[in-house]
Amino acid sequence: MAGITFEQVAHSYERHPRGERDFALKTLDTTFEDGGAYALLGPSGCGKTTLLNIVSGLLRPTRGRVLYDGRDVTRLSPAQRNIAQVFQFPVIYDTMTVEENLAFPLRNRGLPAAAIARRVAEVAEMLELESLLKQRAAGLTADQKQKVSLGRGLVRVDVAAILLDEPLTVIDPQLKWLLRRKLKEVHARYNHTFVYVTHDQNEALTFADRVVVMYDGRIVQVGAPQDLFERPRHRFVGYFIGSPGMNFLPCHLAGDGLGIDGTEVVLGGAWFAEAAARPRARLELGIRPEHLQLATASEAGTVPAKVERVEDLGNYKLVTAMLGPHRIFAKVPEGREIGGDTVHLRFPPARTRLYADDELLV
Amino acid sequence: MHKPTNNGAWLLVVPVVLLVAFNAILPLMAVVNYSVQDIFGPGQAYWVGTEWYREVLGDKRLHEALWRQFLFSGMVLLIEIPLGVLIALAMPRKGWAVSLVLVVLALPLLIPWNVIGTIWIIFTRPDIGLMGYSLNSLGIAFDHTASPLDAWITLMLMEVWHWTPLVVLLAYAGLKAIPEAYYQAAAIDGASAWKVFRYIQLPKMRGVLTIAVLLRFMDSFLIYAEPFVLTGGGPGNATTFPSIYLVKVALGQFDLGPAGAFSVIYFLIVLLFSWLFYQVLQNVGRGGAR
Repeated sequence: MAGITFEQVAHSYERHPRGERDFALKTLDTTFEDGGAYALLGPSGCGKTTLLNIVSGLLRPTRGRVLYDGRDVTRLSPAQRNIAQVFQFPVIYDTMTVEENLAFPLRNRGLPAAAIARRVAEVAEMLELESLLKQRAAGLTADQKQKVSLGRGLVRVDVAAILLDEPLTVIDPQLKWLLRRKLKEVHARYNHTFVYVTHDQNEALTFADRVVVMYDGRIVQVGAPQDLFERPRHRFVGYFIGSPGMNFLPCHLAGDGLGIDGTEVVLGGAWFAEAAARPRARLELGIRPEHLQLATASEAGTVPAKVERVEDLGNYKLVTAMLGPHRIFAKVPEGREIGGDTVHLRFPPARTRLYADDELLV
Repeated sequence: MHKPTNNGAWLLVVPVVLLVAFNAILPLMAVVNYSVQDIFGPGQAYWVGTEWYREVLGDKRLHEALWRQFLFSGMVLLIEIPLGVLIALAMPRKGWAVSLVLVVLALPLLIPWNVIGTIWIIFTRPDIGLMGYSLNSLGIAFDHTASPLDAWITLMLMEVWHWTPLVVLLAYAGLKAIPEAYYQAAAIDGASAWKVFRYIQLPKMRGVLTIAVLLRFMDSFLIYAEPFVLTGGGPGNATTFPSIYLVKVALGQFDLGPAGAFSVIYFLIVLLFSWLFYQVLQNVGRGGAR
């Protein structure tokens, strides 16, 4: 088991990178604590798999060092680093039985037969593969194959870290939920460092204690799921996490308040004062659809908006409204009636964020 | 669910049926026709039933030719398949060298078969051939026209040189089709190079190797042009394969009946062995019927 530290790590797939743009992973300095459950979350192409492969040693970074518990492992192979990794699509050894597949990583390291049998039985039980143990792996369904791949990743007890690269993509939703819980159990029991790559925010938020949000080859925020939701440090985090994501309204300084571009609306309040310190920055107001409040009638501090659509999504209603030229979403409780064409929006100061050039200001 | 039936659809298979009929079924039936008759000339044919078959099955020279053929094809498979796989494994996977190696490998496949024989006749000549002259200069009396062993060595060398590239190309295509994740997983699992070959590369190449074995078996079993040009079946009968013997009987002696009967048997042997190889290779690594 190990904590993983990145020192000035950057990676480019070009042989002779010419500049920032050629780097799939921009310079990175961060540490994954020993025993943590980390999720690397971001859209396709943001560099999360690159980062994972640098951790495992399948990829040697163009620059920088990777340390496991302070020991430099940058030049070591995956086997020498002693990590386990599970891939997005099932990788199984066709000619072996399920049992032999699960035992393979242990046999390669010369464990005694009794220890192998015990671990294989444990993992098989956990993943509910017992009935398939004697079967050829080639004949399994995609779900079962991925369970076998997952099992091979979890079978070793002494690994420095367990890395999972979108391991549940091919699994159907029912089983996905179950397997995610199993993974959490494994983590709780053995306390391995887990690094879990996903583009699915639900998966990241339910699995990890620390979510690492990546965007365009950078880490934009590392935090507990709650932090990411409440205080997105970067515009991308607000937009990417939540469904729908955070509302963003371009705005400008107007007197002692903020005017929302393209409208007459000026939101006042001392909590916007910081914006004045960044006169040249591109300012945006961010608020989550969950935090946007709807007042029944026009009152002080509310802003009228034109209702475009109200969708009943079962446990809440999603209101789409136009505030001047800007589309804005609000989630309101199920029982709430939306009457008429106009709603009055209130931006609660404690929940409203201000972004300057995509970075959180307040 | 109701499925509409339209017998007009049968018309769509007519072209392929006609094609197969003209290039395979009709010629084969003509041979079957010869094999049950004694033919003296146009219009002079007499029904003889299974007589030719009995004669052919008792022909000692044909037996010898057949055993010789099994030995030859067996050696071809035992040498070319492992050698082809080894070369494919050693080939570069990317970069400019790939095209270069592929072109060089494919060269023997582009040469007409009778030219292959001529090349090797010259190559092994003791007086002017590079190989023949070198060996004789070293004190080894190498002459494929005089020694049956030398004739076989030359023939095997020629065959391996000519056809191993085909196995290489097939095996290489099979290797290239293996997703990178398999190698990554093997690296993570701590698998040795041998285990990567045994549990990933070899199983993934099974399909292409089945085709390679079938093609090499059928082709080598029907070999004609190369030994005909190189040795003419000699010295003695040392390299007289069934195809060569067959042509002698059919065209040299104009014994169409026995030749027809033997052709049918020859065809059935190739068919039987191809089927056997296919069945065995399909079941290897699948745990039988499971």
